[in-house]
Amino acid sequence: MAKVHYISHSGEDRAVEVPTGESVMRGAVANSIPGIDADCGGQCACATCHVYVDEAWLKKIEAPGEMEASMLAFVDGAQPNSRLSCQINVTPELDGLIVRLPESQH
Amino acid sequence: MNAPMDHATLAESMPLEEINVSDPKIYQQDVWQHYFRRLRRDAPVHFCKDSPVGPFWSITRYKDIVSVEVNHKTFSSSSAFGGITLRDRPAELELPMFIAMDQPRHDEQRKIVQPIVSPANLAGFEGLIRSRIAATLDSLPRGEVFDWVDKVSIELTGQMLATLFDFPFEQRRKLTYWSDVATTDLANPDRLINSEEERETVFRECLGAFMQLWNERVNAKEPGGDLISMLAHGEATRNMNPREYLGNVILLIVGGNDTTRNSMSGSVWFFNQNPREYEKLRANPALLESAVPEIIRYQTPLAYMRRTALEDAEIGGQKIKKGDKLAMWYISGNRDEDAIDNPDEFIIDRARPRQHLSFGFGIHRCVGNRLGELQLKILWQEILKRDLKIEVMAQPKRVFSAFVHGITELPVRIAP
Repeated sequence: MAKVHYISHSGEDRAVEVPTGESVMRGAVANSIPGIDADCGGQCACATCHVYVDEAWLKKIEAPGEMEASMLAFVDGAQPNSRLSCQINVTPELDGLIVRLPESQH
Repeated sequence: MNAPMDHATLAESMPLEEINVSDPKIYQQDVWQHYFRRLRRDAPVHFCKDSPVGPFWSITRYKDIVSVEVNHKTFSSSSAFGGITLRDRPAELELPMFIAMDQPRHDEQRKIVQPIVSPANLAGFEGLIRSRIAATLDSLPRGEVFDWVDKVSIELTGQMLATLFDFPFEQRRKLTYWSDVATTDLANPDRLINSEEERETVFRECLGAFMQLWNERVNAKEPGGDLISMLAHGEATRNMNPREYLGNVILLIVGGNDTTRNSMSGSVWFFNQNPREYEKLRANPALLESAVPEIIRYQTPLAYMRRTALEDAEIGGQKIKKGDKLAMWYISGNRDEDAIDNPDEFIIDRARPRQHLSFGFGIHRCVGNRLGELQLKILWQEILKRDLKIEVMAQPKRVFSAFVHGITELPVRIAP
């Protein structure tokens, strides 16, 4: 388990416990956290689970793979800390992870 | 194939190897469901060894379609191998366009036009779309029969396209015509053109009009926000040759025309056939958030996309050979009972309505998906606001095509 903070575009912080091995996207969907569409259901194929990973946590997460990088290239408002949350799997080391949600999934 | 009533039986009894889901007639007659139900069950990755479009594989299950979509390194979209539709055309007739390119060129060109549908741009379009939809709905006759496709679906998508291109507004029906010519199947008895030569002649006319607009805009100090200006000033597109410009223009016209048009027409038909779903929506218009993706799933305006294998591969236990072409049948995956509950039902309050294949997945996922959704949403908001009672007066007439899954005519009457 790890506590993940999802901060909405308007600044609201919602923290939920996400089981180890689950993706950050699943954690949001399972807890009905708005702002993550996840149209493809976690296949790294739609880029509608875009999040900005808090800088302090970036180094604890593996860099995006080739497919994820390709999909991120088309995301609106992409930044160096942009990630697809379906590609971040929760580990105990990520306890306290902070991700910020974009204005819309596009 | 036989009369419509026979297809359920026929699809179950005919030898698997004789099933050819590229036959445009099964879409025109609206009997495709039976064949795909059989294929998903008995031969989910199916080889048709002989058809008018040559031998091809059909990928019919949701899961397999997504796995082909994300494997763009093995399964090419490039027009160099035949592009995104099943019919192979002589190289000189192939139109280069970014949907029919692989990485890296696809990515470079797509990024040029993508800002047209940025969230900020969409927010800017919303008021305009709403006022046009309102005006169109208010101009419709009351108490007499008219064709919804022509008066609403084509009209609204034509207006939108003219705006996106900043194309002369009064000539917007030309955009619809060029789009229809681009997708017309030459085997269609009601085809718009009779030969590839004629298609090329119409394309030249289209290119001429768009070249003029390019030339007007390419030297502007402040590039406009329209698609032509974006292409004329974009790093990856400003040096395109005329053929490639034409290809990308056709792509954007077809992409913005057929798809939204047919979802707009389909939505009227679906609500007519499912009055309880419409009552749910009337009682709770907020359901539009899930009704819109459900309409797009249920219509599946583009039935498939083609890929060509660049190397030997295996899908669902079947061996695909280098050079084989395959069709990812979105229209079938969207009815896959392993991926979607009660997939043949139109249900506007599904738990996961956005999980459908109509926009494709992976790097070629529809650029304009949010704009298409926005137009549909506003259309139904404005219909609900006016509480229009739209009666369908006859069965829809459907497009003769295995690619464009659409409605050509839908006679309706709005209660006075």
